[in-house]
Amino acid sequence: MKIAIPVDEKTLESNVCVSFGRTPYFLIYDVETKESIFIDNSAAASTGGAGIKAAQIIVDNKANALLTPRLGENAADVLKPAEIKIYKTATTSAKDNIDAFIAGKLHLLDEIHAGFHGHGGN
Amino acid sequence: MKQLLILSGKGGTGKTTIASAFIKLADAKAYADCDVDAPNLHLITGWNVEPEKTDYYGLPKAEINLELCTQCDQCRQNCRFDAIKAESHYKVDPFACEGCGVCAYVCPAEAITLVPAVAGELMLYSDREKVFSTAQLKMGSGTSGMLVTEVKKQMKSAAVDTGLAIIDGSPGIGCPVIASLSGVDMVLIVAEPSISGISDMERIITTAAKFGTKTAVCINKYDTNIVNTEKIEEFCNKQGLPYIGSIPFDSNAVKAINNGQTIVDIDCTSGTAVKEVYHKTMNLLFEQGGG
Amino acid sequence: MPDFMDTGAINMRIAVLSGKGGTGKTLVSVNLAAASKESTYIDCDVEEPNGHLFFKPEGVREEEISVKIPKVDEELCNGCRKCVDFCNFNALAYIKNKLIVFDDVCHSCGGCILVCPEKALTEKAKVIGKVQKGISDEVTVWTGILNTGEATGIPIIKKLLTEKNLEANKQTFIDCPPGSACIVMESIKDADHCVLVAEPTLFGVHNLNMVYDLVKLFNKPFGVILNKCLDEENPAEKFCFENNIKILGRIPFDNELGTLNSNAEIAVNKNEKYRELFSSLLKTVAKEVQCNETTTNP
Repeated sequence: MKIAIPVDEKTLESNVCVSFGRTPYFLIYDVETKESIFIDNSAAASTGGAGIKAAQIIVDNKANALLTPRLGENAADVLKPAEIKIYKTATTSAKDNIDAFIAGKLHLLDEIHAGFHGHGGN
Repeated sequence: MKQLLILSGKGGTGKTTIASAFIKLADAKAYADCDVDAPNLHLITGWNVEPEKTDYYGLPKAEINLELCTQCDQCRQNCRFDAIKAESHYKVDPFACEGCGVCAYVCPAEAITLVPAVAGELMLYSDREKVFSTAQLKMGSGTSGMLVTEVKKQMKSAAVDTGLAIIDGSPGIGCPVIASLSGVDMVLIVAEPSISGISDMERIITTAAKFGTKTAVCINKYDTNIVNTEKIEEFCNKQGLPYIGSIPFDSNAVKAINNGQTIVDIDCTSGTAVKEVYHKTMNLLFEQGGG
Repeated sequence: MPDFMDTGAINMRIAVLSGKGGTGKTLVSVNLAAASKESTYIDCDVEEPNGHLFFKPEGVREEEISVKIPKVDEELCNGCRKCVDFCNFNALAYIKNKLIVFDDVCHSCGGCILVCPEKALTEKAKVIGKVQKGISDEVTVWTGILNTGEATGIPIIKKLLTEKNLEANKQTFIDCPPGSACIVMESIKDADHCVLVAEPTLFGVHNLNMVYDLVKLFNKPFGVILNKCLDEENPAEKFCFENNIKILGRIPFDNELGTLNSNAEIAVNKNEKYRELFSSLLKTVAKEVQCNETTTNP
């Protein structure tokens, strides 16, 4: 099983990034092999629809669950049909959240905030 | 860090006047001006250092390489934004171009590329104690939502350890407002007792409601129209929105602002009233449970 | 009251703008329109349209404005994802063999439809707002309204300002959105003259500067109306003197005018002194417009 977490830096000791769509990196952690891969979030530089693109990246990297502090409705609309479960992070440390998830201590994220469009036509 | 956002719907209600007073009263260590179209907060926050400036890139713009262009007209015909003109040569109107890439795709001569375009400038004022994040959108740009997000992000990452951040929002109900709403803990709506002001206040309340953020309303220049002030109070009661105070119209407020001061820097009626609104807002923002 | 046929200022589009909200754009455009003999008033502030609150137009007809959004025929879609990769706005996602379209993020550029090798994408309309037309005494009132949550009002402004809305023998006043962003540019694109409304505050001048840059960039003839003038030093007036900007008129700060305005009443219809004030402003503006007409089109 693979878990995805938005992180500020490319280490397991990193803090969880407060933004999902514009996080600089995603950590993809394989629970069985305990392997970590870090991927650059190309959505961060988008003027709009960052949540959508970031969610597509998570889906394409075959994550089964996402741990995040917040999520917007556009990203949720991508993750839900992909059947990726979304959990709310409890602390700021990526590693602690992974441990908490494995121990079954994290709750599902149920407040999805309204989408916003970082573009505004030109 | 709790974030308070001040919005108005209509322009000219006194958002920045009130935001600056709050910043003074709270001795806020982190604040931002999200009205990136027409930022004003920097005019009365008295920073005398130069800000750190960063270019903000919005959507890329199409550029036509005239040496490769065969004038086939495919680009102009396919552009949905009327951004390509065929005069003595083909050229792209950078103000209308939305950076969609259709022209580059259809051009049989590969004469069109999308190039990064500076759409504005981010500014960060900081000293050891506090930070102030603001930005100016370049004239004619449309990508203000993302710039607003960058302003907030800049404030958060530069902020020293502090419990409160105050954000001066932008007028309207469009995407810059929506972008400023994301992630804030409370919204204070500054309303004006005019028919237009009430109409705009209702639209901004509808927009804010979509986020489920704690919202409160105060009225500025309330005594310019008592009947409308009462209408607004009634509306708030009906909607279950906390109505937390009224500030009178005060010609001394203009004088203070024109001198680069906030209304709590001088002795005036609006300054006295805004102090009460400030305290009530802080109580609501920091109350435990319920919200 | 001048006979408009004589001034030759018929069919002129006058845009009223200000860098900042609340300076009096609507006050000026509504009252100039009302003071004219037969005119057209177009409210381009589609996010917060207010003019109709003053005019209370009758016989209102409305038309919905929509933009084109892609829709996918799932039978034809083969999952190549060329559309997802092409979209610069991230409006498309491909999940579990289905293409999802995000209507609100889509810019309606039509690119995905072009790139799809299977012709699986077509377009459907999405309503983003409406345009209303009504009459109030001798003023034809056009109002643009953008639905809350929609990103851009430009398609609505384009509809408001199409040629056929300009009627013969009528002065047209365009009430622009505040600021200087692309939506303002769209509103002044075809204006013959721009009237900048400025208030005597520090914020007002800062923002006057922005629209001043804008009208210069678009090479529009323009002048300034100073609103809410008090006896004290007026930073906006100072700005005009320093930059050799023509001041078309001054509206004094006036509690009665403020009250009428806050009750959405048209001042020129309520008090003779305001009718005189705005008629005189109108004369000045008309003369200015005509002057520019003859110098640019001798």
